[in-house]
Amino acid sequence: MKYRGVAFLLAGVLASLALGWFVFPMVLYRTESQPIGFNHAIHTGEANGMTCDMCHEFAEDGRFNGIPVTAKCADCHSTALGSTETEKRLIEEFITPGKEIPWKVYSRQPDNAYFSHATHVMKGKLTCEECHGPHGSSSELPTYQVNRISGYSRDIWGRNISGVPSEPWEGMKMDRCVQCHADRNKVDGCVACHK
Amino acid sequence: MDQGTQKKSRYGMLIDLDRCNGCGACMVACAVEHNVAPAEHKATARTGVTWLRVAPMSNGGEFPATDTIYVPMPCQQCEKDTPCVAVCPQNAVDVDPATGIVGQVPQRCLGCRYCMTACPYHARYFDWWDPQWPKGMEQALNPDVAPRMRGVVEKCNFCHARLHTARTKAAAEGRESINPADYVPACVEVCPSKAIVFGDLEDATSELAQAVKHPHVFRFLEKLGTESKVYYRSDKQWVLDKAKSLQTV
Repeated sequence: MKYRGVAFLLAGVLASLALGWFVFPMVLYRTESQPIGFNHAIHTGEANGMTCDMCHEFAEDGRFNGIPVTAKCADCHSTALGSTETEKRLIEEFITPGKEIPWKVYSRQPDNAYFSHATHVMKGKLTCEECHGPHGSSSELPTYQVNRISGYSRDIWGRNISGVPSEPWEGMKMDRCVQCHADRNKVDGCVACHK
Repeated sequence: MDQGTQKKSRYGMLIDLDRCNGCGACMVACAVEHNVAPAEHKATARTGVTWLRVAPMSNGGEFPATDTIYVPMPCQQCEKDTPCVAVCPQNAVDVDPATGIVGQVPQRCLGCRYCMTACPYHARYFDWWDPQWPKGMEQALNPDVAPRMRGVVEKCNFCHARLHTARTKAAAEGRESINPADYVPACVEVCPSKAIVFGDLEDATSELAQAVKHPHVFRFLEKLGTESKVYYRSDKQWVLDKAKSLQTV
């Protein structure tokens, strides 16, 4: 009976921790499915040997096109390549009717953030993997989770709820931009990256 | 990539008041460029949002000696002891060390409006209403500029989005610095009487750096010592005298 108070306190602390670390993230994020599956590894692997910029290409003036349009997929997939269900759906639902695939973008930034892929990749010589990790060699798309409050992808905060990245490429918050710029002795004002 | 090897700029502007005919094309181009929504019907010159305001200034003379000029007044991009930077409790305003442009991050702004009080040029505007575009017009928004919400302050940033675009183009073409022709603010581009010269004051060979040396060039409230980077020129003596005598604008 002597330790009853302490036991209650500990139980309370443990319950709060469990609530914060396990229940809260489940409530905060809503899992959404991508419109169709995508296997990066098949495209970038030895069989096809494609590079990232063959689909995620730059316009002539350096603007980054991001996720390719369906017409780009149709360059190769005008007819079914293989007999998988995903391939069949790609042709029937998107390529034949000429519809864009409503992808959910893991790295979508807020409206007021300006990011130039050309400056970082062409001038700064960063590799895609330094920010996007091994996404280009993954055989299936990761789970897309959206923050119910902000509407941003969980990948912006990082998979680890504590905010401490478990991999160097995890998370796409401003802290990471600032750190990388500081490491390279870049001195910028706010408007350098905000619009 | 290092800032040490990166060329620093100090962007500035020279507005020739004798050339300005007050048409207001710069105000319209500015609003379109920066996704400023059409004014709320209750808005006044004080409560509306005009990053660039063209104000008339008269010599006060009787006809036929009367004369009026028009003064386009964007943010003057003060370089030294920048009043708005000094008072902002949110660090929402800063002078970009690479360009000398006074940047405003409306998303950081809490709407206290100290900066508006501090600004000697009244070049800052508060969003009293949420921006609303007539149906269909939102399709024409500029994707390079983020719209602002009600309750924050905004102002001219020398069309910084165009500098972003110019830098991206330079990177894509493998150039270390931007092509000056790629970075021209909307007001400069649209002015039908070519009253505004824009450029890098740090580049001694630029048209601007040469033009500001003229004895008829002045800055408003120069005595405050804020080293603003928007210069004006007029060959009319009454304008020069009036500019010199102004306490506030």
